Amino acid sequence: MISHTKHLSLNRRTFLRVSSVAAGGLLVSLYFHRGVAQEAQTQTQPPPKVYPPDAFIRITPDGNIVIQVNRLEFGQGVHTALPMVLADELDADWTHVVAQLAPAAEIYKDPVFGIQMVGGSGSIAHSFQQYRELGAKTRAMLVAAAANRWNVSPAQCRTEASVVFGPGGQKASYADLASDAARQAVPQTVRLKNASEFRLIGKPVRRLDSKPKCDGSLKFGLDLDLPGMKVAVVAHPPVFGAKVKTFDDKEARAIEGVREVFQIPVNLGGTGVAVVADKFWPAKQARDLLKIEWDLSGVQAADTSELLTRYRQLATTPGHVAATRGDEKALDQIPSANRIIAEFEFPYLAHAPMEPLNTTVRFDGDRAETWAGSQFQTFDQMAIAEVLGLTPERVSFHTEMAGGGFGRRAVTDSHIQREAAVIAKRMRGTPVKLIWTREDDVQGGYYRPMHVHRVEVGIGPDGLPAAWRHVIVGQSILAGTPFAPFLIKNGLDETAVEGAADTHYVIPNFHVSAHHPTVNVPVLWWRSVGHTHTAFVMETLIDELATHAKIDPIAYRRKLLKPDSHKLRRTLDLLESKTANWRLPRGRAKGIACHESFDTGVACAVEVSIENKRSKIHRATVAVDCGMAVNPLTIESQFQAGIGFGLTQLVSGGAITLKNGRVEQRNFDGFAPPYIVDAPVDIDVHIVPSTEAPTGCGEPPVPVIAPAVVNALAKLTGKRYRTLPLINI
Amino acid sequence: MSRIRSIALLISAALACVSFMLTAGSATRAEPSVSAMQGLSAWEQVYSVLTHPRCINCHTATSYPQQGDDRHRHFANAVRGPANTGVPGLNCSSCHQKANADSTGVPGGHNWHLAPLSMKWQDENDRPLSSAMVCRSLKDRSKNHNLDGPALLKHHEEEALVLWAWSPGRRPDGSMRTLPPLTHAEFVAATRRWVEAGMPCPAER
Amino acid sequence: MATYRLNINGRQREVTTDPSTPLLWVLREDLKMTGTKYGCGISACGACTVHVDGVATRSCVVPVSMIDDRPIVTIEGIGADPVGRAVQNAWIDKDVVQCGYCQSGQIMSAVALLKRRPDPTDLNIDESMGGNLCRCATYVRIREAIKSAAKQVK
Repeated sequence: MISHTKHLSLNRRTFLRVSSVAAGGLLVSLYFHRGVAQEAQTQTQPPPKVYPPDAFIRITPDGNIVIQVNRLEFGQGVHTALPMVLADELDADWTHVVAQLAPAAEIYKDPVFGIQMVGGSGSIAHSFQQYRELGAKTRAMLVAAAANRWNVSPAQCRTEASVVFGPGGQKASYADLASDAARQAVPQTVRLKNASEFRLIGKPVRRLDSKPKCDGSLKFGLDLDLPGMKVAVVAHPPVFGAKVKTFDDKEARAIEGVREVFQIPVNLGGTGVAVVADKFWPAKQARDLLKIEWDLSGVQAADTSELLTRYRQLATTPGHVAATRGDEKALDQIPSANRIIAEFEFPYLAHAPMEPLNTTVRFDGDRAETWAGSQFQTFDQMAIAEVLGLTPERVSFHTEMAGGGFGRRAVTDSHIQREAAVIAKRMRGTPVKLIWTREDDVQGGYYRPMHVHRVEVGIGPDGLPAAWRHVIVGQSILAGTPFAPFLIKNGLDETAVEGAADTHYVIPNFHVSAHHPTVNVPVLWWRSVGHTHTAFVMETLIDELATHAKIDPIAYRRKLLKPDSHKLRRTLDLLESKTANWRLPRGRAKGIACHESFDTGVACAVEVSIENKRSKIHRATVAVDCGMAVNPLTIESQFQAGIGFGLTQLVSGGAITLKNGRVEQRNFDGFAPPYIVDAPVDIDVHIVPSTEAPTGCGEPPVPVIAPAVVNALAKLTGKRYRTLPLINI
Repeated sequence: MSRIRSIALLISAALACVSFMLTAGSATRAEPSVSAMQGLSAWEQVYSVLTHPRCINCHTATSYPQQGDDRHRHFANAVRGPANTGVPGLNCSSCHQKANADSTGVPGGHNWHLAPLSMKWQDENDRPLSSAMVCRSLKDRSKNHNLDGPALLKHHEEEALVLWAWSPGRRPDGSMRTLPPLTHAEFVAATRRWVEAGMPCPAER
Repeated sequence: MATYRLNINGRQREVTTDPSTPLLWVLREDLKMTGTKYGCGISACGACTVHVDGVATRSCVVPVSMIDDRPIVTIEGIGADPVGRAVQNAWIDKDVVQCGYCQSGQIMSAVALLKRRPDPTDLNIDESMGGNLCRCATYVRIREAIKSAAKQVK
């Protein structure tokens, strides 16, 4: 989601501490460096503490290697990939590796972002080196302990599958060595493996969380059950920011199992009514029976059809400058016959992760405990602490497995957690699980912002774009968030123009600007953020230009790409070779698109026909350059499915609209993301072999699919599709 | 609204009678009796019910049912299936039980299913068929499970899914589903008059 | 409030609850069987799919009062069935899951399909799995796993 991450780096040095555990075994912890004075104390043992935790690796007496994963698992596979990275350097027995989602704590902060979070497709990119070093240093201590025991030099020992082997046939398991290893000095530096020495990295490894996700035993946040727990649902205002004028809860309170009904503050300055009950169903029934009169004064009633008119008007005027190269007047000198004026419309989109949003909080007066599937543990913990009048350290924060997120669990205002904390404060001593129903989710905002793009292209005599004037209109995602100081410059939100302003295509006279109107609809990053719309505009227009120039679309892109755009060039080459033998039956067309985002290059080809007025995608081929592929199986899976997620933009139900400030869709009957019938029947994924540093795979699959499909449709019908979702093909 | 609808019905019934008389006049069995005219008028009333969303949504010509007063395609890719009851994994009875589930807004009734394609009252583009076409189809014993007039009347009187249209229950948002333009008693009475008149059908216009 | 005796995964369970309560919430909250998921509450996503008398059923819309004595099988019990076991194994073998939240429902629908059509075509899969939403969109691997399970069952 956040693509320009480097600004946020805190660049803190870390160091390790090891200790034996009362129950036996080894605990490897990681501390942040805070100064020389503290460094001197590295080997002194602070008293054991329950919270905040500080362990990364625990080797248990029965040989399990328990690895803490410093970020949320919500489908992307980090719960398998980061342990793979660590276990490889540790030479751990993979069959005894246990992964756990780490709670919120200083040591689990993202080494680049400086907060604990998942976003920007940075899980592997940012923690690859960190987890390798953790594994390698722990291995070095285990080897040192064994060498000591056998009176040999560490260099004479080798390790494999959680066992150290000595030169004279000695061997000792990690579990056996753990206590001795805990007394070893932590190496300051350690040699990391060469790629040829990897046992796990680069190999297809199945997910560690598959089985419990297939037999119903895995507990997601929503599955949490605590003694005495209550369930809360909230009646939210019908227009964002509206307030309760009066409410009548007589009928609601008559429902058996309802414990409390009370007014609470909600997001955007609004208020709502919370119902707390023994279980979900009475809470939901009671909410439906509330009679609430709302005060809508002073809140803007957004209306998407009005917004569209306004945006289209704005798009005819220049906005905040995002890119400016060459002569701005060059376009006007190109004859109008050689100019294309294209206007694109993109709707609001909901993330709608399968697991409805939820958070559980218990407030005990001087402490609190929280359970949440959060992409933003640091912010969410702080928000709960603020509501409860506690310091963040006094809010134990358990990271729960989450059923999807796509950005929706990374909200800087932590509105879900604030609601949960407000309710828990009132219900002091009782754990309360706040559940946002699907209706709350679909109607609750935090959408991918609606956008209009207006592009004027002047075509040169060689058929290539000679001048490009591009205006983007859409709300700023970052305005008012803690990220604004880093990513909003001179009024420009970089996340709105990424993928266009920094295009890899070389266009001599190139001007991109953006307007960010203020609208009373909360917006948020939606998996691949700005690239969701910019890639569509760039890739459909470039394809149109290729058609206009009667040049093969891949060849055209090659002509236009920057010479040093290595990743995109490699993926285009790979895509071309993998689709060279496609034989298209009548009524089918091939469409392609390529796009680089989050430092990963992607090229995609699809074979499409039109059936029952819907586009049918028979197959897709994807070429990826994500640097070193840590887990090719996960990467294949991410790209196959990420393409499906990207189709949310195309399917006819893929739009959130508002009328009189009210969201017109309620649930998956109105906002209908892609089902299996909408997805490609077959998708093959090809990874460019690489030894470069690994880059993101969570978001990069998303941007390419919509333009690729539309480029194929254009071949079938001769029409250009510039309004999403696709209602009429 | 309902007054406008009944006036419209009367007008269309009258038009149908006229067109019947005109075409019947040139036909061989040229004996337009009062009873036949009343029958045609009754038929238009029957037709107004048959093409109401509560009825026609399950008499589609497509591979899917419809729902709602705007007769949109059923959500979540519900399909007809080989026996008009959906497919394994996504049967009608995956959701629709023996009775309406008002707490969740899912309608139900005994043996919930789509009408067979032979009983389609819409075209492939989801437009209701004309009164004449529905009429001919309804009484065509090769299409209607071999029902004669009295059997059709009984069907309209007693069939559970027909009766459901007059107690269609609540929508998921708690509001009541709309009812056909006639009461069930009026519908049965109209069917009876039509059957007694010899099941006359309007001519195709 | 009323008391219901339910036959779930071959066991008799007794619950006392409001008759309007959907089976889903009886399973999840009264019986603590949380493998069956809440996704939409209107039968549009299939995450709550269980088998009721062999029919893949969206438990989020069926009030407990309408179950009667029909036997219920949930994701926690489907592994006892040979087809269920084969489907679960295929899901693991093909590394289908991502977030995994919808997969209980996907597996229950896939088992219902394979029990009636042991050798499904792509169209059969599209139709039978057409009501099960996966926001991660793991559909390609779901399709692959169903075909793989079909081979094992044969």
